[in-house]
Amino acid sequence: TSKTHGASVNKGLYDYDRGEDRIFIRYKCCQINTIQDVLRQRPGWVEVKDDEEWDFNWCDVGWLRENFDHSYMEEHVRINHFRNHYELTRKNLMVKNLNRYRKTIEREVGHMEVSKCDFFPYTFALPSEYHLFVEEFKRSPGSTWIMKPVAKSQGKGIFLFRKLKDIMDWKKNGTHSEDQKEGAPVESYVAQRYIENPYLINGRKFDLRVYVLVTSYVPLKAWLYRDGFARFSNTRFSLNSIDDKYMHLTNVAVQKTAPDYDPEKGCKWQMQQLRRYLTAKHGREKVETLFEEMDNIFVRSLQSVQKVIINDKHSFELYGYDILLDQNLKPWLIEVNASPSHTPSCQEDYEMKCRLLEDTLNVVDMEGRLNGWEKRVGGYDLMWNDGPVFKEDLNLETFGSTCFTVNTHLGKIPSTTCHFQQNKHLQPLSFIKLYGFYW
Amino acid sequence: MDEGTELCVTIGQIVQRLKGTHLHSQIERQAKECLHQPDIRLESLKEDVRSFLRTSGWERRLQNAVYRELHVQLPPSHPAAPPEHLKEPLAYMRKAQASWEKRVLKSLNSMSSELGVPLARRRPTLEQKELTNKWNEMGTDEPDLSRFRPVYAPKDFLEVLISLRNPNHDSSEEVSVRSHWGLIQIPLNVRDVPQLRRAYSELNMATGQLGIDDHAHVHPDLFESEYIQVGKKVVSEQDSAAAQQYSRQGCPTELRADLWALILNSTNQPQDVMHYEQLKAGVIQHDLLVDNLIYKDVKLTASNDDYYFVFEDFLYQVLLCFSRDTAVLDHFKYNSATPPKSYMEGKESGDDCAVVYPPNGVIPFHGFSMYVAPLCFLYNEPSKLYSVFREMYIRYFFRLHSISSSQSGIVSLCLQFERLLQTHLPQLFYHLRQIGAQPLRIAFKWMVRAFSGYLSTDQLLLLWDRILGYDSLEIVAVLAAAVFAFRSENLMEVTSLASAEAVLADLSTLKVMPLIQIFLFATAI
Repeated sequence: TSKTHGASVNKGLYDYDRGEDRIFIRYKCCQINTIQDVLRQRPGWVEVKDDEEWDFNWCDVGWLRENFDHSYMEEHVRINHFRNHYELTRKNLMVKNLNRYRKTIEREVGHMEVSKCDFFPYTFALPSEYHLFVEEFKRSPGSTWIMKPVAKSQGKGIFLFRKLKDIMDWKKNGTHSEDQKEGAPVESYVAQRYIENPYLINGRKFDLRVYVLVTSYVPLKAWLYRDGFARFSNTRFSLNSIDDKYMHLTNVAVQKTAPDYDPEKGCKWQMQQLRRYLTAKHGREKVETLFEEMDNIFVRSLQSVQKVIINDKHSFELYGYDILLDQNLKPWLIEVNASPSHTPSCQEDYEMKCRLLEDTLNVVDMEGRLNGWEKRVGGYDLMWNDGPVFKEDLNLETFGSTCFTVNTHLGKIPSTTCHFQQNKHLQPLSFIKLYGFYW
Repeated sequence: MDEGTELCVTIGQIVQRLKGTHLHSQIERQAKECLHQPDIRLESLKEDVRSFLRTSGWERRLQNAVYRELHVQLPPSHPAAPPEHLKEPLAYMRKAQASWEKRVLKSLNSMSSELGVPLARRRPTLEQKELTNKWNEMGTDEPDLSRFRPVYAPKDFLEVLISLRNPNHDSSEEVSVRSHWGLIQIPLNVRDVPQLRRAYSELNMATGQLGIDDHAHVHPDLFESEYIQVGKKVVSEQDSAAAQQYSRQGCPTELRADLWALILNSTNQPQDVMHYEQLKAGVIQHDLLVDNLIYKDVKLTASNDDYYFVFEDFLYQVLLCFSRDTAVLDHFKYNSATPPKSYMEGKESGDDCAVVYPPNGVIPFHGFSMYVAPLCFLYNEPSKLYSVFREMYIRYFFRLHSISSSQSGIVSLCLQFERLLQTHLPQLFYHLRQIGAQPLRIAFKWMVRAFSGYLSTDQLLLLWDRILGYDSLEIVAVLAAAVFAFRSENLMEVTSLASAEAVLADLSTLKVMPLIQIFLFATAI
């Protein structure tokens, strides 16, 4: 039997305008939100039912866990997760990998480099690192800590504490009531040093959501999206009442349940807005340093799991990074999400998420339109390509110059001005030609 | 009055105003202290002291203070002219403003008596304590504001402007090519495009601009980098006049706060901070009816705006203090408006029992808080934010809601907008007029707020850079016309006021400088 590799080319449909066979990309998509809309509108992409063969799969981590190992994927097929992404996205594993990476750097490179790895607050997995945690806890009396369930999202099961007694009580009473229903074991928690001096805007705490797309771990190829946003807490920040979950957690999902939540309020700012605000308040240099430090966080966090992640050629992954700024304008890595929410909070947000997902598909490039030398695709800037990527092109004139700037534009230019112009850039190559398949 | 005499009078007035100010006493003290210095010699005392004041920066500060006074000075006039003529030379405008004020005050008084809320009351001690504790987060308060209505909205004011007539002018009923098609039927002198080109020459296409030449696609070395260096120098020189000139081409984000403070001479000295603290104490002690109007306005406008909701608390801190600042009464010398007077309870009506209400003489209307909101992006410290806002109000914003013949007044701006549109886009204007969508009805709300809340913040700040740079609000009328020009194709296809409003509902994606530049310099005359 001759198997049709690649896209299923319907022999009957000849494109008289272009003079070539029309290509179809079969996709599978489990989620019902923005990504569905984006996939549906993409020309030449067709949704397939559960049992049919697919070329592209936008799945959730549950499906991945159950089916990845049993699926045979042809070379051209793409799926939106790496098999063991949890090495980066599960809080306890992320910390384990970051700590190990940090030690390696210290050993092999030295103290100077190590300071660049100090971007995550002290975190300990419980109960395995309980004694280490207590040591650190005692070293900083009066400090506030935050207990987070390892695998949950949207702010579930999180609480703050200042006394060891609080944990004892919590352990004794079993897990937080929410989890009891789901039967999560006590082991799957981390205790993290709470950042007590967050940067506030008019008394409100916020965190940053940034999108990073990884198309390969070895060699590491990562793209940074120009848009992102700052998510504000609805209430004013104060350390007095650590019980007020709504004040401390800035996830939009949590904010939506707060009693004074006003959906019309829009507790989000676009990254451009934030960047401009910070520049007006602190000057350009400080803000550029801040964004450079954030670039550093993205790259190093990916490097820390480079050797652990199974670098399947079919995988790509869009991560949602959560970053918190403190009053010294130092960015801290809070966590990395493998399935960042694509549920939009308002029209503007929906449009931004559509652009993000469209550009993600453009980078993944099932249609084979990119030539491989691009430093920018739509709103994505190539941040790392087995080495730093610079804005300036390396040529005879710039050779020897020490003044290179990294190729990232987070918060600088809105992605609305970076539309990937599908028809203008390159000739759409025939899908079949690209992969050299026969049929 | 000849020029020489005029100048003398002006100098006399400025000296009078600066005498006894804190700056005066500081300079005196500095001059006295410098006598101890070795390089000050008795033979050349005057020159040496002068040169010391120059090198230590005090002369510059004095220059800035003088420059500031020139901005808020009354125009030169006949010595026999009564003060009301200085506020507004045209009698019919004065009359219209007075009757508008009467209406507003009546509305405020009736609200007070209907709701049983006094215009002012002293807060009980407990309430004072509570407010002091909550000063930094007044936004968390949820007072019951449902009974309060804004005293007026911009569209009410527009109706008044539309009904203005010059009794000496015979405006015939017939609409002809030569008549004015718009709503404003007042023959004021407003500048047309050729005149604007000369006046706003720095905005021409050959000159670099922030808002155009700092775009991502333009290499910074072509304009931006050097322009920022110049800006840094201006800030370090601390020269108001230079800052104002510089601002014409836009202010870099990182320098804007300092540049605007320089232009407005908002130095935030200890006495300014003290003044602010006194106002704050006033807010704590007394509750005013207008406070509720402020609360309501902030909740309705700024709190619902994606860009400004974060600054809710700042807005209360600024506006509540603003209401109590009697220093603002000064500006009524050149404002056609007169501060409303109210009578103390129990006393008989007579001028000696009347007090100005609110203390600053300004009754807030729907959207007032939007004058302050963009400034929150620049200033963190409440007293600095306050002093910048107050200066901007008494130089510019007051003209947007008082009836006057001033070139920057709202009446002139409306007329200018309509004339620009009629002259350069006659087909569009006529079409909109025919379908019952008079352009001013849509553009008015933008102009009254100087576009705050309609443009994205960065664009708004670029616009306000030019208001400060050119010391005029004309640019607001030009932008309004430019917006219509930009969307003219879509507007030609609409068939109702509602659809015209829809085409112009969202201005948040507009880039103001290219629009203004094209309208002024690329329109065929």
